[in-house]
Amino acid sequence: MSEIARTGLREDPHALGHRRHGHAHESSGHGEGGPASKRIVVAYGFWIFLLSDIVMFSAFFAAYAVLAKHTAGGPSGRELFETPRVALETACLLASSFTCGLGNVASVQRNMVWTQVWLLITGLLGAAFLALEAQEFVQMVADGNSPQRSAFLSAFFAVVGCHGLHVSGGLLWLGTMMAQIWVKGFRPDIMRRMFCFNLFWHALDIIWVALFTIVYLIGAGP
Amino acid sequence: MTDQSSTDHSSQFEHDTGDVAPGEEDLSLHEPAGGTPGYLLGLGLAALLTVASFYFATSGIVWQPAIPVVLISLAIAQIGVHLVFFLHITTGPDNTNNVLALAFGVLIVGLVVIGSIWIMYNLDARMMPMPAGAAPATYGSPY
Repeated sequence: MSEIARTGLREDPHALGHRRHGHAHESSGHGEGGPASKRIVVAYGFWIFLLSDIVMFSAFFAAYAVLAKHTAGGPSGRELFETPRVALETACLLASSFTCGLGNVASVQRNMVWTQVWLLITGLLGAAFLALEAQEFVQMVADGNSPQRSAFLSAFFAVVGCHGLHVSGGLLWLGTMMAQIWVKGFRPDIMRRMFCFNLFWHALDIIWVALFTIVYLIGAGP
Repeated sequence: MTDQSSTDHSSQFEHDTGDVAPGEEDLSLHEPAGGTPGYLLGLGLAALLTVASFYFATSGIVWQPAIPVVLISLAIAQIGVHLVFFLHITTGPDNTNNVLALAFGVLIVGLVVIGSIWIMYNLDARMMPMPAGAAPATYGSPY
């Protein structure tokens, strides 16, 4: 039975430090209250994966930082990057992160229609982001600025393309989630999967924040 | 979610024998970090920081050499907002492990990025002078 249902208490999840002793409560992470709940254990494992993914991205970022000025006489970021398109991509991804969160809230409320609606909007925004990125890549390659052109462009395509691949994978996962929730309903294991998908999608947005700042905005400067 | 519905679902799913995930079954599933209002606040803060980033990068209102510092500060602030409001990495007692893992991740990211830049700039500064035309871009590195 749930904590809230058992005790009738609604605790502040942000509260610092220990909860009061002597109450029946969920696992505290301090060796009190028995083993952690599955949701917390699964989310922790997935969080470890996300952090290792972020560590991998940091290697791409380091490569970009080292190679950003090595344009081999080719165009620099200042000439290539179009800030309005990057702003639009950022808006798409941030909005999709928000709708993904709303989808999670709806799924916690066991609301099938709104869960599917919010997930669908999340997917459409993600697809719009990918379309904008693909358009940018195609345009750059058509202008002769392919990854082979310079070390700067190799690093650029590597780091931005890797993020794009993650978003593509996220879209596949999102479609799977919609189908699973539709067919299997709000089973506990499906709910945990949904929670992990949320973590993944939000983590992609975090990486995009670093991307648009370091690659696009700073790269478009002098 | 009402307390009643949570109770119903926990009794409905109590005996899920095919479920091999570790840990105790917990179906309270209370939405952490405030549900929809939390996401709205996160969206507002993130949008504000994003707009500020693009504005400072393009408007020329900031002294040019300071722009990267401003942008990186705003990005770190926005990543913080995302972590708290979207990923629900909080100071709560059941989040201790997540925070520690995050600290370790930040350490590794810092080592990889700063270490790479440091080493590569140092190597570049120690390179033999190249013939004219083949010279790499200069960094102006202090090392």
